[in-house]
Amino acid sequence: MGAIPSKEEWFRALAKKQGEALQKRIADTSVAVCGCGGLGSNIAVTLARAGVGRLILIDFDTVDITNLHRQQFKANQIGLAKAAALKENLAEIAPYTAVTAHTRRLDESNIVALTGGADIICEAFDKAENKAALVNTVLTELPDTWLVAAAGMAGDGPANDIITRRVTKRFYLCGDGVSDIGDSLCLLPSRVQLCAAHQAHAVLRIIAGAYDC
Amino acid sequence: MVKINGKEENAAGKTLAAYLSEAGYDASRVAVERNESIVAKKDYGSTVLRDGDNIEIVRFVGGG
Repeated sequence: MGAIPSKEEWFRALAKKQGEALQKRIADTSVAVCGCGGLGSNIAVTLARAGVGRLILIDFDTVDITNLHRQQFKANQIGLAKAAALKENLAEIAPYTAVTAHTRRLDESNIVALTGGADIICEAFDKAENKAALVNTVLTELPDTWLVAAAGMAGDGPANDIITRRVTKRFYLCGDGVSDIGDSLCLLPSRVQLCAAHQAHAVLRIIAGAYDC
Repeated sequence: MVKINGKEENAAGKTLAAYLSEAGYDASRVAVERNESIVAKKDYGSTVLRDGDNIEIVRFVGGG
């Protein structure tokens, strides 16, 4: 095992790639990732690699063998709580991102408390009703928080149908808008990751102060 | 006329709940912004669409 670089070396390396001013802003940002599955685990890994200062991971579920083709877990983590397992993986990938893991089911009553004052919230749930409930609650109760949600990444449709749209000032939506896993579509890791990358990219652009899509 | 997802529609006078139902939306799977403000779910039945309103209906589908 190689030695882990110091925090200062880590920051310098990121600043070299992303620019010092932006790196400071990224390091000062907290992001809540609601759902740690195909979208959330990929969003979290990308944001941790980019040097986001604080990540809050929330998921009630455990790792299943069928998750491994698109989610950032390992074969020896089957059966573990997703939020805790992802926190473990992030600690190895990006040791200077502070990660809080909640193994809880999010609902209207605990969204504000569990997202813990995050600057930006990523909706990364699986079920359409849960997505809508989270988005409605955040837009109603946390109007000053940025929100990046997703709809439509199932199936084997073209990569280029996945887009990012700024719905209102602080609310972005990624995905193709129509491909529903409930319609018995397949689920390809590449397409789920494309959507997760759109969400992570929207987060980094918000941090950079670039609000167009 | 009411602008709904960028398209002018003859929906003035209808409640949001009635419009969603007629247009085939499942109210438990949407978020609705009216003139840049979120409409709370409990207000769908009492929100009447007016001429000049700008409505954005975001429909969620499963997968993630």
